[in-house]
Amino acid sequence: MKIHEYQAKQILARFGVPVPKGEVAFNPRDAAAIAARLGGRAVLKAQIHAGGRGKGGGVKIAANVEEAEQIARQMIGMTLVTPQTGPAGRKVRRVLVEETLPIAREIYVGVTLDRGRGAPVVMVSAEGGVNIEEIARDRPESILREPVDPLLGFRAYQARRLAFGLGLKGDEVKQAVSIFTGLMRACEETDALLAEINPLIVAAQGTLVALDAKVNFDDNALFRHPDIRELRDTDEEDPLEVEASAHGLNYIKLDGTVGCMVNGAGLAMATMDVIKLVGGAAANFLDVGGGASAEQVAAAFRILQSDPKVKAVLINIFGGILRVDVLARGVAEAARQVGVKFPVVARLEGTNVEEGRRILLEAGLNLTLSDGMLDAARKVVALAGAR
Amino acid sequence: MSILVDAKSRVVVQGITGREGTFHARACREYGTAIVAGVTPGRGGMDYEGVPVFHTVREAVEKTGANVSLIFVPPVAAADAILESADAGLPLVVCITEGIPIADMVKVRATLERRGTTRLIGPNSPGLITPGACKIGIMPGYIHKPGPVGVVSRSGTLTYEAVAQLTRRGIGQSTCIGIGGDPISGTSFVDVLRLFQQDPVTEAVVLIGEIGGGSEEEAARFARREMTKPIVSFIAGQTAPPGRRMGHAGAIISGGQGTATEKMKILEDCGVRVVRSPEEIGEAVERALKDTAGKRR
Repeated sequence: MKIHEYQAKQILARFGVPVPKGEVAFNPRDAAAIAARLGGRAVLKAQIHAGGRGKGGGVKIAANVEEAEQIARQMIGMTLVTPQTGPAGRKVRRVLVEETLPIAREIYVGVTLDRGRGAPVVMVSAEGGVNIEEIARDRPESILREPVDPLLGFRAYQARRLAFGLGLKGDEVKQAVSIFTGLMRACEETDALLAEINPLIVAAQGTLVALDAKVNFDDNALFRHPDIRELRDTDEEDPLEVEASAHGLNYIKLDGTVGCMVNGAGLAMATMDVIKLVGGAAANFLDVGGGASAEQVAAAFRILQSDPKVKAVLINIFGGILRVDVLARGVAEAARQVGVKFPVVARLEGTNVEEGRRILLEAGLNLTLSDGMLDAARKVVALAGAR
Repeated sequence: MSILVDAKSRVVVQGITGREGTFHARACREYGTAIVAGVTPGRGGMDYEGVPVFHTVREAVEKTGANVSLIFVPPVAAADAILESADAGLPLVVCITEGIPIADMVKVRATLERRGTTRLIGPNSPGLITPGACKIGIMPGYIHKPGPVGVVSRSGTLTYEAVAQLTRRGIGQSTCIGIGGDPISGTSFVDVLRLFQQDPVTEAVVLIGEIGGGSEEEAARFARREMTKPIVSFIAGQTAPPGRRMGHAGAIISGGQGTATEKMKILEDCGVRVVRSPEEIGEAVERALKDTAGKRR
């Protein structure tokens, strides 16, 4: 789960990481009031779940309260396009209004999971402010890494090694050590999978401050963090994905015209791949899971139906735990409830497949049955293209 | 022969009285697996469809001689269940549970590595099966058939797909293992490839990978270095968008790393036969088996 920058900063501040003074505003009037409390001059930062905001006009400095209000009026409601949002962009609904700080140096600090090692790793780079992926690609030697022992935790000497490695001096080292360990503790205590401060700045007075922050959480651990779960902003997600998650379905919206309903994540990805292989494009990833109920399947079908891009649907099921007849009943139920507008190609295999085929054939769908994945993909792509 | 499990495997099911545990313990037993004990804390002493239930794994092992644990415990308690089995001295633990917090698995894996006495398969795995001998997992048993092909995969249903193709062509399997779809797992592709290479029955291997992480890349390098048996591979997620988790917690392209294209290229460079569509797996294996038979003659 992703959260906004201002929420990430609030969390880091709880673990002793210094952040700029500031507050979030949902309207221009509040933005002006916050700027006034900060003394007039302020930076306004659009809050969306994507980076690269500066490049799209999502970060602006106001010299005084009036300007702050004016900028906020522009920003709130605008569609911000950044390298990370895709061409459609994201609507801005909140702005963070913060004090401005003089910048002497910019550093990158991040904690992420090293999957190969099976442990977190703390990374720093003297080249902050830029995308870490660019640094990793262009100047990998500028990144310093300290793997964290899962049973011993991140040790002070490791934090010191990073701080000295960055060329920090005197009191800066002390501050950096406290920030690095604070960041790591924040990860441990909130089940964050990724936490970045980019940039961590050395302000003119030699004070280290987290100027920007990003934290992503482990969805599987949210059950033990009700406070973090409340930070979810569904405005930042695709509405169909929000609805799917409410039904416990794994659904990701894509750009193609072939709606997919598959059981199992691997098979669902492979189905998308095969559609591409025969010249089509999947409209979505959808894994109805191993134990889907007929109700869930009906909900899934409604979701596919509400995607205006979908021209035809491919059902690809290998019934193991999920019995084919259960899935078929769900589809039939959905067909009864909402009526199915588009042609459906079904490729069914596995437990109770005969019964499943019979139910689908009697459901009043515009249905084509198919025996193999490639054959099914060819048929559905032809149908999607023909409309 | 086979790897890790055979007809002598004696299984204790953790979470046997839950919905999933009950259903699959029954299916495993019908397949012929020796389900010798169940564990549900607080329900020790009961008899569950003829299987004695214990409060703790240690007790189950002492009383029944179980040597494999199969875990259906919910995510919140699953890490603890794995550690309990390791502490009871079980050499093999199979964890089906999906949704265990990553931080929990990081600690579990580090602990198991340090002890060095327990192999964990999973989590978020369909389990493993040695066709005709023993099924320890949730896969449909009837699609399998004993034979010379080892199958290792990060996926469930996609593996069934591959197995069904093999069986339809009359090609059986030595052992099929799901290593799981999570970013942190107990057993890697390399671990399983090493076992298949050593197993006298296995003549060829099917490796089904997907986007995310670098375990397919490690497998490719291992294959070039140490495998003499042919490998056929399919990588799912060639069309997956970056930065999104494709169902499995571990299936994510992050920072441009872990793409299917990159994995397929490294596998091919290392001599693995990579197929573009899962439907080509059966045919590619058939060809690989013929090629090796030809070489031997």
